[in-house]
Amino acid sequence: MSDTIVPGRWARFRDSYLLYSFKRDLIAQVSLVIFALLIFAAVFAPWLAPANPYDLAQIDILASELPPFWIDGADPAYLMGTDAQGRDLLSTILYGARVSLIIGFGAVLMQAVIGVSFGLMAGYLGGRVDAFLMRLADIQLSFSTLMVAIIVGALVKAIFGGATFSEYAVPLLVLIIGLAEWPQYARTVRASVLAERSKEYVDAARVMGLKSRRIMFRHILPNTLSPIFVISTVQVANAIISEAALSFLGLGMPETHPSLGSLIKSGFDYIQSGSWWITLIPGAVLVILVLVINLLGDWLRDVLNPRLYKG
Amino acid sequence: MALLEVNNLDVRFALRGGDVRALRDVCFTLDRGERLGIVGESGAGKSVAAFSLLNLIAKPGYIAGGSIIFDGKELSGMKDRGLRRVRGNRISMIFQDPMMTLNPVLSIGEQMVESLKAHRRISTREARAIALHKLNQVQIPSPETRLDQYPHELSGGMRQRVIIAIALLLDPDIIIADEPTTALDVTIQAEIMDLLLELCDKHNVGLVLITHDLGVVSQVTQRMLVMYAGRVIEQGPTREIINGPQHPYTQGLINALPQMATPGSRLNQIPGSMPSLSNLPSGCAFHPRCGFVNDANGAPRKACLDKVPGFVDSGNCRVACHMVAELVNQQQRDSREEVL
Amino acid sequence: MTAAVSQHDPKASAATAGNREQDTAAPLMEIRHLHKRFSLSGDFLEQLKFKSGKLIREQEYVHAINGIDLDIRRGEALCVVGESGCGKSTVARTVMGLLAPSQGEIRYEGQRIDNLSTKELLPYRRRMQMIFQNPYASLNPRMTIQQTLEEPIRLHHPDWSKERVRDQVRDVMDSVGIDSDWGPRFGHEFSGGQRQRIAIARALAVDPEFIVADEPISALDVSIQAQVLNLMMEAQQQRNLTYLFITHDLAVVEHFGTRVAVMYLGMVCELAPTGTLFAKPRHPYTQALLSAIPRLEDDRPQHIRLQGEVPTPVNLPSGCVFHGRCPHANERCRKEVPTLIDVEDGARVACHGVEEGRL
Repeated sequence: MSDTIVPGRWARFRDSYLLYSFKRDLIAQVSLVIFALLIFAAVFAPWLAPANPYDLAQIDILASELPPFWIDGADPAYLMGTDAQGRDLLSTILYGARVSLIIGFGAVLMQAVIGVSFGLMAGYLGGRVDAFLMRLADIQLSFSTLMVAIIVGALVKAIFGGATFSEYAVPLLVLIIGLAEWPQYARTVRASVLAERSKEYVDAARVMGLKSRRIMFRHILPNTLSPIFVISTVQVANAIISEAALSFLGLGMPETHPSLGSLIKSGFDYIQSGSWWITLIPGAVLVILVLVINLLGDWLRDVLNPRLYKG
Repeated sequence: MALLEVNNLDVRFALRGGDVRALRDVCFTLDRGERLGIVGESGAGKSVAAFSLLNLIAKPGYIAGGSIIFDGKELSGMKDRGLRRVRGNRISMIFQDPMMTLNPVLSIGEQMVESLKAHRRISTREARAIALHKLNQVQIPSPETRLDQYPHELSGGMRQRVIIAIALLLDPDIIIADEPTTALDVTIQAEIMDLLLELCDKHNVGLVLITHDLGVVSQVTQRMLVMYAGRVIEQGPTREIINGPQHPYTQGLINALPQMATPGSRLNQIPGSMPSLSNLPSGCAFHPRCGFVNDANGAPRKACLDKVPGFVDSGNCRVACHMVAELVNQQQRDSREEVL
Repeated sequence: MTAAVSQHDPKASAATAGNREQDTAAPLMEIRHLHKRFSLSGDFLEQLKFKSGKLIREQEYVHAINGIDLDIRRGEALCVVGESGCGKSTVARTVMGLLAPSQGEIRYEGQRIDNLSTKELLPYRRRMQMIFQNPYASLNPRMTIQQTLEEPIRLHHPDWSKERVRDQVRDVMDSVGIDSDWGPRFGHEFSGGQRQRIAIARALAVDPEFIVADEPISALDVSIQAQVLNLMMEAQQQRNLTYLFITHDLAVVEHFGTRVAVMYLGMVCELAPTGTLFAKPRHPYTQALLSAIPRLEDDRPQHIRLQGEVPTPVNLPSGCVFHGRCPHANERCRKEVPTLIDVEDGARVACHGVEEGRL
């Protein structure tokens, strides 16, 4: 096989509409840069952060509620100031963003695994399987994320005690948010599976004698990836918001191990006393993070939407 | 002077790899009451030609040059306002899919009345009377009830009849029909074609029929154009082209029809497929598929490879082929031999 | 100038088609009393309706196939023609096991195949394959040509070595006229005609003996149609294939078919050798259908106009399904369903008028 006539993957990517439209979309470019910076900062938080907020030995209670550097009375050692417990706010935000992103991506991964398999089965097998799974999705959707969180949280706390809950807060939140929002995936995937199933290549695969599982995963799934990518971006943003909301309400990450949400909450009591930065700076980071993810998702949707995109 | 005169029409699509030329040097005329067929395979540019007549090509397409003169007026540079007075009123269109014309949430009557009132100052009652009259003309059973029905309540054949009634509503001078019967079954197709033919004849309406079906063209039209890769390659009286095609592509197209071969034998296929408009071969766009491109020594002719053929008058037809003269001579020789 | 186009003589074609006609002993495939209906009423909850104060379960059906008996003989090309909605595609899909019949049996070499499980059906899958109408939808857009063609071979010959699979793919690509270097490309990089060649290659990859082709050339351009038809006829000769060819294009049938079954509203109204059918159509519907084909000939023959339109297959007409549009229908046609009866020249017609000698 001569490579001269068949372009490789990289060449195809360079030639693709995806890259072309990215190059022409300033908002997408800026969003991607900010998103990449935030991810980078979160991943490398232990090396980037000036202090370790989890290390009680590094905390100086006397240095609490110091303002950020541009306000009088700031200590240059604490660039973004400190919170009520004297933790360096910059470090805490970096660690907090890390926790938020882990929960966001983890929960979406879980939603995707459950939702995509259920959606594939419902769409491809149809009939009773479809009816059962979709009613299950309806029931799931009628519980809000909050309710799931309260029930699971209460159960875990009652059975294993509060300390265990704090210790396993991250996997628990992944589980809660993952369980609460899989129907979004299931519905999207089911809709595109129904569209794909009526195409002749699926009939061709059936005529060939392939098993249902292989047809679902090898033939149909790759053709439903575009909508999966698009809702994944929205879902990551949603999961981060959900986590922040839960933490803000005290149902999520403990303050000793804060996420952006619990940071906002911890500073909320001090807004009245003038220490607004403890709440507002993590709040701004959260808003920017969610905004750039959504903007990237919008761009992706515009590009991948086959109805808008024509060869 | 002809009612419609198209000269050197050049239509392009601005795409990301640069302009793609969808139509080049398209010229034709249509007299009052004349029926013209435009034949070609998908991608040949026949629909683009029809749409550009009324400046209906959607972005990124645009008319890059040439003129469209209708009843003495230039249409190609005309503003939307002036064009609206022509569209639907003096030139109307019939599409392949009736639902492109029909609005699914309005009743047939409402739609007909609406377009009448957009072009004429008449009362709703008068407009309804005209609509009813037109539905009668297209031989729709119980037209009164049809006026209050919605498009989805009608069958495919009925819808296409309604479309014809709408096209005739304002007594146009020309109807442009883009594959009007392709989506229909043969028996319905024959009826619709009969109807269109009869009505055009009766009201002296010109018809531009765009189709890929040579059978339909040969039965309905008086003159025809054959298009290939954005150009007209042969035009002339329909009968003469069908019975004696001169361009190698037209010959290939007609000879490829199953009815031209003995059942069970191999069909005369044209090798290859139509080139993409963004990547046309040099010279004559048909030369890679043409059986006459090589000379007696088996070497490809330079003219076919290098030069885009211009139109040559040959009998009553005009053919864009470097080889026309030779081909015609050869055919005459062949037919003499056959006679002997 | 007319010499360039040979005028077609229907009588000559009838004779040649008749010569090709051959009767072989046991049919390859038998379709018996086949019925297929589709529910229009959705799931159980949607079927419940209130009528005059009572809750009743109501189901409506589209009657796509209403009792079809067909034999497909080894080595022939049986064409099924009819207009949209007559159930011809449903026949193809039911025969291939893509749809389960509501009633009736489908036998392959005498063995019932319509009630087999996916696993039991596997050996038959290798022997019967299908070609689809739309070459733009029948190739998986996310698979390369190589992957598309390897998949059926790997499935049916799990013991073959990689080299053997690759050789088979190369052979089959050569045989349909696709450059075997194009394997790593994706379907969308090809034109419609080339895609249909690839789809044919996929069907031929496992060396089947029976191929169902559902409108394989209707989505293609005229010049490409000839190429694909030639390819299918070549494959038939070289591989001794049997075809069930579904189409609405009578010109193609005349050229390609050994026998023709004309369908109307889910029933076969005429079944005859191709030459016989075109030379002497007997059923009034067949006559109307044949007269409606647009021909290249100079004089426009007056075609037979049918009254009204095809009734919906939800509420089938009583008696002969064609009686509402038939110019020769009488009282018996309105009441009694006609069955296929043998007439001369090997044709079979389901028409009371023909049976009574009125037509």
